[in-house]
Amino acid sequence: MKVLGKPRRRVDGRAKVTGQTRFADDIALPRMLHMKLLRSPQPHALIESIDIAKAKAHPGVHLVLTGQDFPVTFGILPVSQDEYPLAPQHVRYVGDPVAAVVARDEQTAAEACDLMEVKYRPLQTISDPVEALQNPEPRIHAYSELGNIHRLQAFEFGDVDEALERADHVFEDLFFYEGNTHLPIEQHASVAAVDGEGKLTLWSSTQVPHYVHRSLARVLQLPASHIRVIATPNGGGFGGKCDVCNHEMVVGKAAILLGRPVKICLNREEVFYMHRGRHPVLMKFRTGVTKDGKLTGMHLQTLIDGGGYGSYGTASTFYTGALQTVTYEVPRYKFEAARVFTNKPPCGPKRGHGTPQPRFGQEVQLDKIAEKLAIDPAELRLNMVAKPNSLTANWLKIGSIGLEQCIRTVVERSAWKSRFRKLGPGRGLGLACGSYLCGAGLPIYFNKMPQSGVQLLVDRSGQVTAFCGATEIGQGSDDVLAAIIAEVLGIDPFDIRCVTGDTGITPVDLGSYSSRVTVMMGNAAIDASNKIKNLIAQATAEQLEVAPDKLVFANGRVAFDGRSVTFAEAVSFAEEKFGTLGALGSYKPPRAPGRYKGAGVGPSPAYSYTACVVEAEVDPATGWITVPKIWIAHDIGRTINPVLARGQVEGSVYMGLSEALMEEQVFRRLPPKLSRALVHKIPSLLEYKSLTSLDMPEVDTVLIEDPDPNCPFGAKEVGQGPLLPVMPAVANAIYDAVGVRIDELPITPDKVLRALELKAAGKTPRVGPTSFPAVPYPEPVIVPPPWEGGDGNAVKGHERTKLKVSAA
Amino acid sequence: MRQGERRLTVNGEPAAVSFAPYKTLLEVLREDLNLTGTKHGCELGECGACAVLVDGEPKLACLVLALDCQGRRVDTVEGLADGPKLHPLQAAFADLGAAQCGYCTPGILMTAKALLEKEPEPSRERIKEAISGNLCRCTGYQQIFEAIEGAAKRMRDEGSR
Repeated sequence: MKVLGKPRRRVDGRAKVTGQTRFADDIALPRMLHMKLLRSPQPHALIESIDIAKAKAHPGVHLVLTGQDFPVTFGILPVSQDEYPLAPQHVRYVGDPVAAVVARDEQTAAEACDLMEVKYRPLQTISDPVEALQNPEPRIHAYSELGNIHRLQAFEFGDVDEALERADHVFEDLFFYEGNTHLPIEQHASVAAVDGEGKLTLWSSTQVPHYVHRSLARVLQLPASHIRVIATPNGGGFGGKCDVCNHEMVVGKAAILLGRPVKICLNREEVFYMHRGRHPVLMKFRTGVTKDGKLTGMHLQTLIDGGGYGSYGTASTFYTGALQTVTYEVPRYKFEAARVFTNKPPCGPKRGHGTPQPRFGQEVQLDKIAEKLAIDPAELRLNMVAKPNSLTANWLKIGSIGLEQCIRTVVERSAWKSRFRKLGPGRGLGLACGSYLCGAGLPIYFNKMPQSGVQLLVDRSGQVTAFCGATEIGQGSDDVLAAIIAEVLGIDPFDIRCVTGDTGITPVDLGSYSSRVTVMMGNAAIDASNKIKNLIAQATAEQLEVAPDKLVFANGRVAFDGRSVTFAEAVSFAEEKFGTLGALGSYKPPRAPGRYKGAGVGPSPAYSYTACVVEAEVDPATGWITVPKIWIAHDIGRTINPVLARGQVEGSVYMGLSEALMEEQVFRRLPPKLSRALVHKIPSLLEYKSLTSLDMPEVDTVLIEDPDPNCPFGAKEVGQGPLLPVMPAVANAIYDAVGVRIDELPITPDKVLRALELKAAGKTPRVGPTSFPAVPYPEPVIVPPPWEGGDGNAVKGHERTKLKVSAA
Repeated sequence: MRQGERRLTVNGEPAAVSFAPYKTLLEVLREDLNLTGTKHGCELGECGACAVLVDGEPKLACLVLALDCQGRRVDTVEGLADGPKLHPLQAAFADLGAAQCGYCTPGILMTAKALLEKEPEPSRERIKEAISGNLCRCTGYQQIFEAIEGAAKRMRDEGSR
């Protein structure tokens, strides 16, 4: 390897440190106008009337739009096209946009928003899943499956009840993971403009320009060929910019109607309303184990608070169960899930998408199991790690798995064996593991086309330009693209120009989500690079009078046995022989083995694995938690740029620790005299607590390389997986430190104190959920696991038991 | 000077610019001087993304009125490099992974510059304190600490030569 694996400045690094990276809000165009959205102050209401006359008459106002201007709905998933750009009639959370003003400047637009008079007829607010189950009416959405239950799912892979009966011990535990949000430092911004040919261009801080492109065509009723979406570099995404946003639709429409560029930049409060972040999830795990610590079966139930719209929720619901089987051997598995609608900002995908919540529960439960069986938690896990090149109970195909080495690495580096349970009062160690997708196996809308395409343009100057729809959100997607092409062609990554995230000029890539970019774009890049390399090799071989396969592409030269030409000279030979040079590459993930309905969520070309040890100190007087050090080892398959890979791991550790200790997107009711509305408790960066530089512990990061044959040069994902084990490792470390179980996140000092008080009173030293409401889960889809004679199909139809949900 | 124009000194150069008196330094830099290298994440003084130097001191540009900067020296990320030569902080941030999405980066670079000018050899703890008002959601801060330490060392080495 000439390029891969060597620490190196990222190809876009210079722009980022000189202030030259152009984010969406840095764009200013001649005659540009500014837009503000008027948002609902009501959590659940019907709009009776909107009087826009005063706003329209306000000096400097160019346009006022309401829901009447947008008859067509949108939504990221085909099954939940449930959002209007501006709500025409029904508002579903405080912050739901109802009108837009375009004016000469932002301040004028904001003033005009204040002049609009909206009459609302309040409806009963559904504030949490229990209320949603108790109140099928008023319905937040007419299309939900049952009352205010958006989605119900149930799958059973083998007879789990029988597996639990057969177990030596059955552990039943409840966990709760509070919702939290992405908090990118860049607020969402979009600029729309109509070009000289009358076509629309939208620059936007989005992770998914391709999906925004499709939605704009649908909502604005324009041919997609007349719309160009350019994803500007995102100032942090974390999943928060991978939904299609109201403001993207509205600003596009405004630019078309006015024939002038229009910009919108959300303020920080609005970013909290845009949300699409971590779903609050209540979980119940029933897990059977043998006395020597083997799992016999697992039954997981989840109850998911979705907020006001579908967003990615249907997929999120599957993800609260789909990946529980890829880490350890789970012979039988049953998974039941329900996502409800509530009158809060919609939840969606945040780093780990739906999987950190059950991962927290599973890994804390394993800690409890290890203690009960008197087995070291690391040994317990090492004894049940899933096998490479195997199928899981739910028919996921695992390729390479470096988890064992990850566990051994963090155990050794943290001196686990001599320190676990031995650090003395107030200090403890906790261990946990995790695994994640390297790209979702299926696209968001059904199609059999490539998930990623790369086009290369090479000319006699030796210049290589790479076009790809992938989106740079800070994670280094451009650097991965350049590095992989450079490795194949034997040139310097800095000699490659990356043109990315532009639906007008780049081949389709589905976007920066589900940790898919390195694997999917990378494989497409290898495909395109090899085609170009072959052309260059053929032409150069003739010149050097050798066989093409004897040529070595390295260090900017094409060489054989002491004779060599520069890369540019070699390209000239090829341009002479073949004409103008270009190549296309594409990638589509392998077909997954599962055949049952619902098997589409969970498959991935490969899975990454992580193990983590957290050291924690707990002050028994205050409950204050300090984390001095974290050890983490991540199976990355192969490292492309160690500087960036380490940054992804440590950024994940940071975000996971922040979620474990403080982050929460929570709501409160206003007092009765102020409408009792359900409002966001803390829509500001100051009050929404997140770790600062002062809180961040030392992190010991090790990258384990177990290359996966489905991945480019074996490289797996690193952007999301390393977050997963952090939260449970914190909870397990706190148990080791002070002997209390905090079975819900975030673990705040007040919860620790409460548990310590219970402990002192001789009661069960645990804080966490104590009951799981009756959820009308349907009859499960029954799919025998591979080792019980299944073929990946369900054995009987997915018959829904339509239970009546009684009104409260 | 035309009527309504005010004189600022930005990155060592005089800048005559007209702006409404209520505008913040952040707004004038980004909107009137087209210096969009300075970012914003809240416009409430919570995130540190808009940090610039006013007379060498880190200030949150969203909380400073541009009017109050008349006659004072304002430094932004655009003025950090010496022509084509990156400031050691910039080079270290780019080389060591301290800039991921790059959005908080200008504010942290300027804050770190002020630190290193006062304290050429700051401890890790001092670095943590100095940038504790600058939120970064990408890096987990480790590589930022290391980049500041690396730049400090290089600046000391170059200074002693």
